[in-house]
Amino acid sequence: MNQNNGMSLIVKTITRLLVGFILLYGIYIVLHGHISPGGGFAGGFIIALSYILLMLAFGKEEILRKVPQPMISFLESLGALMFLTIAVLGFFGGYFFSNWLPKGIPFKLLSAGTIPISNVALALLEVSLGLFGIFLVLVLLKFTPPKKEK
Amino acid sequence: MIEINLLLIFIIIAAIVAVEVKDLLSSVVAVGVAGFGLVISFLALKAPDLAITQLVVEILCLIILIRATIKIDLPFSTSGRWFVNTLACIAFLVIFLSYGYAAISSLPSFGNPLMKTSNFYLGETFKTIHATNVVSAINLNFRAYDTLGEATVLFAAAIGIMAIMRKKGKLTKAGKDDESE
Repeated sequence: MNQNNGMSLIVKTITRLLVGFILLYGIYIVLHGHISPGGGFAGGFIIALSYILLMLAFGKEEILRKVPQPMISFLESLGALMFLTIAVLGFFGGYFFSNWLPKGIPFKLLSAGTIPISNVALALLEVSLGLFGIFLVLVLLKFTPPKKEK
Repeated sequence: MIEINLLLIFIIIAAIVAVEVKDLLSSVVAVGVAGFGLVISFLALKAPDLAITQLVVEILCLIILIRATIKIDLPFSTSGRWFVNTLACIAFLVIFLSYGYAAISSLPSFGNPLMKTSNFYLGETFKTIHATNVVSAINLNFRAYDTLGEATVLFAAAIGIMAIMRKKGKLTKAGKDDESE
């Protein structure tokens, strides 16, 4: 890895220590969406922000190697299809989007039927959307300076 | 109620600063200040769910905006058809404000009628769905059609931008793949 990429050594070290916790907090927010405040939207963006922190600290090449763009497209399609599949599987319970899974005990992690699965699907969509925002910025930054020099 | 009004005044001041300031980076920071004022006002209205989402989206937008504007000198134009622009702006403001006033005055006042619709959700969520986060239950169970529409809009927007911005598979005039970029 090229040492000149990204920010200084202090920022890199602190980022290396913090990124795991931010990622874990995002996953916690997603999985506990039906118990505590949060849910798929907020948690997915927190997970994406942990990757943005990696990008800011280590430079573009690092994150481009970790999460290539086909993987992001795949995750996004997977999230959207998963949400739609949950909706269609609701016909088992009688109608579109019916909550047909067993409800379980309140305040337990595995409760509330299809809501946790929908949260995970939305989170996949949001993660890929946030990461896609980074790539958009990278493409824009790549494309504009040569035009100015001409 | 007084803290909400103070926060609204704060947000309006930040928005005016964002419009009026000359430097682009300062303007982006002022937009961020307006967003974080909105986060605190959501907290003051006791909506932590919305506050978390707004906070995270605000940070993401701020990072993207700063990354996009920090290195590029965008041309700043002050001349132009200022008369037509001002006239159109005032006309749209008048239309918007009059319609907004009519719409808001026809709404029931803040918090009234007391818990007519929300009583149903508050009761049903715990009894039939066994979820303790009412917002999540409304989003993904009672009103899941809305969330499906939201997800479709996000997906379609991302796919559209991806199709415009892609590099691989773009054909040049010679008819072969352009890999030079």
